[in-house]
Amino acid sequence: MITGIGVSAGVAIAPIVKVSPPAGVDAAEAPTTDAAAAAAQVAQALADVAASLQARAAAAPEHSKAVLEAGAMMAADPGLQSSIEGELQAGKGVTAAVADAVGEYANMFLALGGYMAERVTDLFDVRDRAIARLRGLPEPGIPDFDTPSILVAHDLAPAETALLDPDLCAGIVTAAGGPTSHTAILAAQLGIPAVVQAAGIMDLDAGTVVAIDGSAGTVDVNPSEQAQAALLDRHQRRQAAISDSTAPGATKDGHPVALLANIGTVADARAAAALPVEGVGLFRTEFLFLDRDDAPSMAEQAATYGEVFEAFAGRKIVVRTLDAGADKPLRFADLGPEENPALGRRGLRLGMIREDLLDAQLRALAVAQKGTGADVWVMAPMVANVTEAKWFAAKVRAAGLPKAGVMIEIPAAAMRAQDILAEVDFASIGTNDLQQYTMAADRMAGELARLLHSWEPAVLDVIGAACVGAKANSKPIGVCGEAGGDPALALVLVGLGVTSLSMAPKKAPAVRTALALHTLEECQALAHVAAAAFTWEQARKAVLARANPVLADLI
Amino acid sequence: MATRTVAIASGIGLHARPASLFVQAVAATGLPIKVGRVGGPAVDARSILMVMGLGVKHNEEVELTAEGDGADAALDSLVELLSRDLDAE
Repeated sequence: MITGIGVSAGVAIAPIVKVSPPAGVDAAEAPTTDAAAAAAQVAQALADVAASLQARAAAAPEHSKAVLEAGAMMAADPGLQSSIEGELQAGKGVTAAVADAVGEYANMFLALGGYMAERVTDLFDVRDRAIARLRGLPEPGIPDFDTPSILVAHDLAPAETALLDPDLCAGIVTAAGGPTSHTAILAAQLGIPAVVQAAGIMDLDAGTVVAIDGSAGTVDVNPSEQAQAALLDRHQRRQAAISDSTAPGATKDGHPVALLANIGTVADARAAAALPVEGVGLFRTEFLFLDRDDAPSMAEQAATYGEVFEAFAGRKIVVRTLDAGADKPLRFADLGPEENPALGRRGLRLGMIREDLLDAQLRALAVAQKGTGADVWVMAPMVANVTEAKWFAAKVRAAGLPKAGVMIEIPAAAMRAQDILAEVDFASIGTNDLQQYTMAADRMAGELARLLHSWEPAVLDVIGAACVGAKANSKPIGVCGEAGGDPALALVLVGLGVTSLSMAPKKAPAVRTALALHTLEECQALAHVAAAAFTWEQARKAVLARANPVLADLI
Repeated sequence: MATRTVAIASGIGLHARPASLFVQAVAATGLPIKVGRVGGPAVDARSILMVMGLGVKHNEEVELTAEGDGADAALDSLVELLSRDLDAE
């Protein structure tokens, strides 16, 4: 049994398919003595890569076709072939010749910048595939599979997960990654059970059957029949425990806690709008800005926002203004590299430097809001103090938008929430970033996952401080990080004073059920129990011991 | 040897889709064709990597050279191609 961290609830029993890392240059390969024979060998490998990419392009959906075709063309390129031949004549081994010839083109492309610099990824993909063929190793990336399987990887890149078919991907297990990694967020969105930080998972052979529990974080290798039955039983208990109520979220005694959806695209909005959620608690707007050379026009933005607002007509929609920075760079707003991007010019800080971008976005939101009459709330990411909150709120109001708010992700903002909430209409706690800043632990660094538990008592204290500040102003304060979708932690958050919870919409039914089993007073007692613990493990255990026993079936 | 000079009409220059269409058209002629900036080094026009590596921008002029039977006709058709805004089509 391998134990990792469960990041997306549900169970799956299936054989694994492995996402192989790039093989890299063979350090032990012999230098080339027969350049003609070596060139023929490399040419064959490149031709095979070109043919396989071309075949995949033919079967691929429209949006990924172009990338695959471009890759096929690069692999078949006579210029690349002649550069490789030059390296082979100089005596380099076959894989080194491929890597070095590609490296030269990559440098040339990087020097050209912009669009060309981005093609380097495609070029390296061709290199890695050719080298894998030359070494007789599996090609990197997600292999093709046509029966339901559990995807196993060291970690998954956004580009890889974008192509996943949720009908065939029964589960995801990664050796690295953390609870707020890209893998975790995507799996929760798709409702696929997932476990991260599963040490040793990459040692398993492809085809090995595993049983995973995305709540407990366990991976049972070659599970016995009894173990499989027990897992399925647990899954059924969970399904049975989840109420099929679609009523607005509320505690047992009727204290309302709005259950909202996190969305990031128009397609997300349409899918979430069909589910019983009371609105959108976090509409990430980055998708409009990433992967393009120029900023989207005001009209284009207004049209897209309008589509999202229409999908949620009559329900509340909390929009987060552009949250980009050195980690999610924009081609048209590149402020240059930073030593420490997480602590750099990101979120509202970028908006204060590139005010034109923020102004255009607020104008577009106002146009879409007026056009649809939607209940739109606008908040800024990464607000640090009252000055920033005031500056942003003035802009939102000047644009004619009804509600201005801030994200609370920086501990400083949580500690002074009372002053900040006096200036704005609402706040939303981004627990993922709040954790990384409270614990000073990079959320992208899987090795630090032990410091990044939402149950960490210090993190709960910081959330509690923010809630006190909101309550003093009688203003709403939501949670829109992954923490809000954990049925047990949701009770603690409500007990601390959180007034709404936003999550991957598939998590809402379990959270709704958990809330309906407890009164507000019981939630407050659970928050007290959690805050009194010394460690995150104790906090969680103490809450589960004290809560309604059905809760254990829900997580 | 046939030679032609043409300004790149595509708004994004000789990159991406325009470069890909150009290289495919060159390959279809079956002739060894070279392309480069006027007076600059010329590269194998059948190589998308080398063509894109030139970094030729919108309105910049390039020189095409070819040898062999049908070289003139081949270059004329390529000049016609590069005179269109391929990215917009």
